[in-house]
Amino acid sequence: MDFTFSPEHIALRRMIREFAENEVAPIAAEIDRDHQVPMETMRKLGQVGLLGVCFPQEYGGMGAGEMGYCILMEEINRVCTSTGTNVGAHIGIGAMAIYLDGNDEQKRRYLIPLARGEQFAAFGLTESGAGSDAAAIRTRAVREGDSWILDGGKVFITNGGYADVVTVMAVTDPALGARGGITAFIVETDWEGFKVAREEDKMGIRGTSTAELVFEELRVPHENVLGKVGEGFVTFMKSLDMGRLTLGAACIGGAEMALESAVRWAKTRRQFGAELASKQAIQWKIADIATELEALRSLVYRVAWLVDTGQPFSQLAAMCKLYGSEVASRAIDIALQIHGGLGFSRDFPLERGFRDARIGEIYEGTSEVQRIVIASNIFREHGVRIRP
Amino acid sequence: MDFTFSEEQEMFRAMFRDFSAKEIAPQAEELDHEEKPALGALRKAAQQGFLGATLPEEYFGAELDYTSYAMLIETLAADSVSTAVTLATHVSLVAMSILNHGTPEQREEWLPLLAAGEVIGAFALTEPDAGSDVQAVATRATPDGDQVTLDGVKTWVANGEIAGLFLVFAQGAEGMDAYLVPQDTPGLTVGYREPTLGLRSATFNTLYLEGCRVSEANRLGQPGEGGSIAQQAQDRMAVALAAAGLGVSENAIQVAAQYATERVQFGVPIAQKQAIQGYIAEAKIEVEALRYLVYHAAWLVDQRGDYGFDASVVKAFGARVARSVTNRMVQVMGGYGYMEDYPMARKYRDARALHIIGGPTELHDFQIAQRIFADLDMDIAP
Repeated sequence: MDFTFSPEHIALRRMIREFAENEVAPIAAEIDRDHQVPMETMRKLGQVGLLGVCFPQEYGGMGAGEMGYCILMEEINRVCTSTGTNVGAHIGIGAMAIYLDGNDEQKRRYLIPLARGEQFAAFGLTESGAGSDAAAIRTRAVREGDSWILDGGKVFITNGGYADVVTVMAVTDPALGARGGITAFIVETDWEGFKVAREEDKMGIRGTSTAELVFEELRVPHENVLGKVGEGFVTFMKSLDMGRLTLGAACIGGAEMALESAVRWAKTRRQFGAELASKQAIQWKIADIATELEALRSLVYRVAWLVDTGQPFSQLAAMCKLYGSEVASRAIDIALQIHGGLGFSRDFPLERGFRDARIGEIYEGTSEVQRIVIASNIFREHGVRIRP
Repeated sequence: MDFTFSEEQEMFRAMFRDFSAKEIAPQAEELDHEEKPALGALRKAAQQGFLGATLPEEYFGAELDYTSYAMLIETLAADSVSTAVTLATHVSLVAMSILNHGTPEQREEWLPLLAAGEVIGAFALTEPDAGSDVQAVATRATPDGDQVTLDGVKTWVANGEIAGLFLVFAQGAEGMDAYLVPQDTPGLTVGYREPTLGLRSATFNTLYLEGCRVSEANRLGQPGEGGSIAQQAQDRMAVALAAAGLGVSENAIQVAAQYATERVQFGVPIAQKQAIQGYIAEAKIEVEALRYLVYHAAWLVDQRGDYGFDASVVKAFGARVARSVTNRMVQVMGGYGYMEDYPMARKYRDARALHIIGGPTELHDFQIAQRIFADLDMDIAP
């Protein structure tokens, strides 16, 4: 056993932290207030190589593995959940689907500009009638010669409003459903028939784009089928497994920020003639956040190591997301409470953190879906197949 | 024991519901997003007598008992916690302080205006260094003949931006004093409005008092009585805030349960899923427990005894219930719970305030423990 980070990963973390402090933190409040995707920051992240952190060098990446990507997610989310969400949707699920199941040609054409931040990706799965029940999608793809014609739409698509490339899941054989009847496509957003129908007004992560997409007779060349025809569901689920792990890493960042600010304030704020740090009600809260944070950190980086060493990790990835999002929410809630009225004010970052953290238990598979996944895996090992 | 509401109270409830559905609900969302107080609805509320809800008829009040008043707050909070808190600040913190501690002249001067909504009341206690620790109030009241000069800074003054009358707490020669300070008094300036997570159509402002001179006749109660006036006001407010927590929680369950009957996933409405049933059942259990605490505490207010302990219990529990219920109901609605186009996100943001305003939950926990240990002859320090 070895629980240390390699010198390369330590250096990477140092570089990312510096980037986060200098480029991301200063505008975090502003992009939330103005509902603005920080495009310049996103491009800079690409220029310094960070958007390709986990991809091999031959595809424009840094080759730092899933471990490196988790470090990136932790450090960016420590200062700004919106920017972290943009990065996560772009790399963790959007580009990841192409990396995991794309052929060499597709990777050269799409992954390289994505890894460099010259283009941005989104992941097109959710529909208005298919949230937790992802297999219930209705977007239809019909073969026509060398092309597929897509009709339908997607909702709640992170990065949807500005992405250049969207990986889209569509039904190619309604009779077969999720097992054999769903196919993944790489769609360029400037193609005719692709439309961004609306942007959502969200409680938090307001520096991100969450869009409704509409496809009307959208023609996709056959060469843009991602993976095999009929195996789209598997492609998407693999990407989501990776996404779940890295959302766990993101939650480490959010919880760290909360803990740091709670400690700082408890040290400074005096009531009843003493600093809050001297009150046991405050001390216990700090102890609880710190304990959960350490448990989460160990879980997430252990799973990153499993991914990088080619071992099964799907079950533990669901736990990363489930536990991580709940820990981050609790940590922010406690930090806000310790700040009292100041925590409730938009002049301080905890208010934003509170709104931002709440999405963790909802997007990319709600906590309920994670519990279904975890329970299904356990019962499957015991020969019982459970239905959601 | 009798756990039924009177016929009259049931009639009031129907009337409150009518009012809220017509005057509060339709604009609650928009006012929250625009961060504007519900001034139109407050005027209508005044016409109904709600702004003088618990005041006697001689002051043009509606003379409701506190139980019926709690029902009013509960009902309004179902549609807008902001408006419920605005009204409760006006009635529980300001008008009832004047009713209980004012001279006949003070009552005659202010209560009819407050009941008519011609003047809205604001409560100025908290300071930058005096949050939970009320004794740390540093605003000074300096006597000067038959006048008093107030100097200091108050923060988180509820209703600050819309008020015509401020109940200001300041340190005088004999301890804390309370003063009635009209908004147009020279030296009084309403400043910065806090940009808040929730309660966005309520206003919380900084108040500057710089050489602000009022007549000694504006002092509410005796010299040094301010601390007790503030405590009693906050005890009444604690019950009202818990009623607001009850209203928002009940409504959140209704909205989410309705959604669960309509939202189909895995081939069935999610109401058929045991996890969703569990969320809703647990929330309902908490709400029912809170309901009886709220109405018990409201009944205690009417008995005019010491109910400080019960006020802390109901406030702390109300804040916990509202937080956990709205949190779970957001979860029931998934992505739709997170969107500002649907009401649940607002309810969740609003409910979070109840752990902080009216004294943080930690302070109420302390006060509860203090009473328990006092019964065992032990003093505990905060």
